[in-house]
Amino acid sequence: MLKSIFIIFLFQLIGESAQKYFELTVPGPVIGLILLLISFILLKNNKNLFVNKVKNEISSTAIHISNYLSLLFVPIGVGVVMHLSYLEKNYIEVLGVIFFSTILTIGFTALVMEAINNRFKKNDRKK
Amino acid sequence: MIEKNKLYNIWVYLQAEPLFWLTLTIGAFLIGNYFYKKSKLNPLVNPVAISILIVSGVLIVTDVSYERYFNGAKFIHFMLGPATVALAIPIYKQIHLIKKESGSIFISLVLGSLFAIFSTYFFAKLMNLDLEIIYSMMPRSVTAPIAMGISELIGGVPSLTAIITIITGIVGASFGTFALDILRVKDMTARGFAFGLASHGIGTARAMSKNKTAGVFAALALGLSGIATSILIPLLFKLINF
Repeated sequence: MLKSIFIIFLFQLIGESAQKYFELTVPGPVIGLILLLISFILLKNNKNLFVNKVKNEISSTAIHISNYLSLLFVPIGVGVVMHLSYLEKNYIEVLGVIFFSTILTIGFTALVMEAINNRFKKNDRKK
Repeated sequence: MIEKNKLYNIWVYLQAEPLFWLTLTIGAFLIGNYFYKKSKLNPLVNPVAISILIVSGVLIVTDVSYERYFNGAKFIHFMLGPATVALAIPIYKQIHLIKKESGSIFISLVLGSLFAIFSTYFFAKLMNLDLEIIYSMMPRSVTAPIAMGISELIGGVPSLTAIITIITGIVGASFGTFALDILRVKDMTARGFAFGLASHGIGTARAMSKNKTAGVFAALALGLSGIATSILIPLLFKLINF
């Protein structure tokens, strides 16, 4: 447990440092995610017992954390409610834009992806 | 009278310490999650929204400032970073599926991100919103830290962007399912990807609770759209005079 938390924190730490050093717009944790993913891919066929033990530990910790992902948004979400006055008199318009644009983006993106996937599947069958 | 004073003193002590606010946040979330499970994962019964309302209600009734609350709740907030890093694992476990669909992932990523940016701009213009608010809204579909950075870069107000981004997440998580059901999208990879692209972490959390494959593609879209949008918006601002 402790080893996996150490590794996850360490990757975030590397990500945050890289973000500051290279002045990137991508946040540190996302860089940490990419680096951890690359490490797992590189260590895919590693036979070392210790490495595999740590990998398994990280996997189970990561699954635990991702089960409670929703909880982590509560503190910042409370801030939104307490600071709604920032939207001033525009809040109905702003909420309307968010509502329609978000729903349409979800629909559009899913349709595009499904259409391309279906086309690929058809091509696969032809082969 | 003495008893009442004693209770009041305990409250004064507790509300200055993190323990009470941490317990409240986790308790509120357990209540929200209970109703979410009880409703058979109905998207409208969003556990994040319920917990936010419970905690905000307590803060308003007790007249405690958000800053004081956050001083305790920041320990939960802190875990967002490590949780983001940990998303590498579910993505890694589906890497064969991601490789297989890499072409459609790339095209959907670019088209979807552009759609999010332009539809926001178009609707905001239609509503006659001030340019400062429009700029603050444009990066709203990506995760808050990226959105705030982009907002600052193009002349928006980062704190306004943070609020708009979180609302976007809750709206996507609560109503996205209906849009996909109406459009009859059955492909779980496409459903999840759309959630992560349009409503970042909160949409991803919803997708993860519903379907493993959808959750992974949401997590993938969350990371990729953050990178794509932070490249696309500054580029668009160079090309187009918004």
